[in-house]
Amino acid sequence: MYTRWKIRGWISPASYWTLAAVGLIVPLSAWTLLSAFGAADRLFLPGPYDVAHQVAVWFSDGNLLTDMRISSFRVVAGWALSALVAIPIGLAIGTFRRVQALLEPLTDFIRYMPAVAFIPLVMLWVGIDESAKVAIIFIGTFFQMVLMVAEDVRRVPMAQIEAAQTMGASRCEVIEKVIIPSAKPALLDTLRITMGWAWTYLVVAELLAANSGLGYAIIKAQRFLQTDRIFAGIFLIGAIGLATDQCFRWLHRVAFPWLHARD
Amino acid sequence: MANIITCRSVCKTFGTKRGSVPALQDVSLEVAEGEFLTVVGASGCGKSTLLRTLAGLEPLTAGEIDAVGARVQGPGAERAMVFQNYSLYPWLTVMENIKFPRQLAVHNRDSTSSDVEVASGRADALLNLMGLSAVESAFPAQLSGGMQQRVAIARALMTRPRVLLMDEPFGALDAQTREVMHDLILHVCALEHCTVVFVTHDVEEAVYLGQRVVLMAPRPGRIEHIYEVPLGPVRRQEMKHTAQFLALKAQILGRIRATSGLRTDLELLQKLSRRG
Repeated sequence: MYTRWKIRGWISPASYWTLAAVGLIVPLSAWTLLSAFGAADRLFLPGPYDVAHQVAVWFSDGNLLTDMRISSFRVVAGWALSALVAIPIGLAIGTFRRVQALLEPLTDFIRYMPAVAFIPLVMLWVGIDESAKVAIIFIGTFFQMVLMVAEDVRRVPMAQIEAAQTMGASRCEVIEKVIIPSAKPALLDTLRITMGWAWTYLVVAELLAANSGLGYAIIKAQRFLQTDRIFAGIFLIGAIGLATDQCFRWLHRVAFPWLHARD
Repeated sequence: MANIITCRSVCKTFGTKRGSVPALQDVSLEVAEGEFLTVVGASGCGKSTLLRTLAGLEPLTAGEIDAVGARVQGPGAERAMVFQNYSLYPWLTVMENIKFPRQLAVHNRDSTSSDVEVASGRADALLNLMGLSAVESAFPAQLSGGMQQRVAIARALMTRPRVLLMDEPFGALDAQTREVMHDLILHVCALEHCTVVFVTHDVEEAVYLGQRVVLMAPRPGRIEHIYEVPLGPVRRQEMKHTAQFLALKAQILGRIRATSGLRTDLELLQKLSRRG
């Protein structure tokens, strides 16, 4: 008992996968049972079969892949744009106190503003085409990302920086050869986490004059009370998110062997 | 011998929320070329701050420091520093860490292909000298603390600095590893003709390594006394048991106790135990 519940104790891969399977199978079977015995109205809780059926129908309509493609494009575009701007700004905030004083309170202030509330403004400024949806996802992820990047950069140990300085490194060299490589693994984690947030803003973005996409499909199904379609949309977004997350984790292991190398 | 470092009336004040704290007050010190100088003192005596001002990592509040023929106005490659820990680059292998200074512009300004070969030979020589050949392509995280500090020293020596500044480099190591490192660092610095300023809180370490021991005292940080170590240039572990060694160690320890404000703590302790 003691060893099983040891704080941060080790478990075998076999127990890990068994527990992971239990964690997935138990809610799934509870859900199946609940809907099969009619404990809940189908309208409120469609069964797994109904949802799977909806996915199949969606696919055979020919819309599913298009919806997934356009939604992925919007999410990735908004997220990538945000990363492109947030990484240099976050790097500057985490490196120079003056930039931190100038930009961090402002960013902290803006990040609490709800992305949904920006929809009318985005329509006014950007219009209602693709760029508007990308803009909403950008607004939802950018400000958080700046602060996380700044924190990643600040976590670079001072001894690493000062060691380079006493070896004669210039300011640019310290940034290029110490701060960036040292912060890289944390930055990749930040990108992974913010990608997840970008997906959560998809439904909000597709509220905005969309006529395709997973989020749009969820909103449309809402109007017609197609709960099974709503479930299908939510599950698909979850599945794509899980897959992306695993890709990032794999990339982390491949890109930073020194973090995962232990004797 | 000529002085390679001269500090004149160095003052350093840190601004905190509760006002300014004098970390160094009127510190004057001369270090001769080729000397191994150790600095000891109770915590808060400013010994690390002094070392960091020599490195150029802390700007002075008043006073001036000349090192290697120039006024210190910031960090410079002729004054390499070894930190207590976390200064290695975990994404580079041992060999890449040692060669890291070669990537910097200062050390490449007018280098030719033969220089690169020499540098490569130097990295190999340091690797051998520090006993690191077997772990050349390992990452720092795969090494013990002692091995990591060997890498840090080799990296600092890579570009032949005139002065080596060491900030409690063996503070995190166990006693046995530390003894090995003591003899290694004495040997290597003699071989490299390097001037060393070595900060430690361990009096035995300070006496064993230093030709002179600078004793600092806190509140405000200042030099209390400088002791000549009467042990000659070559040190051996057996010397630690000689009367001379033990007497000097006891003398320094006594002086540290007298300056550290430890007495107040003892009184408090007695008061507390009486109540119990």
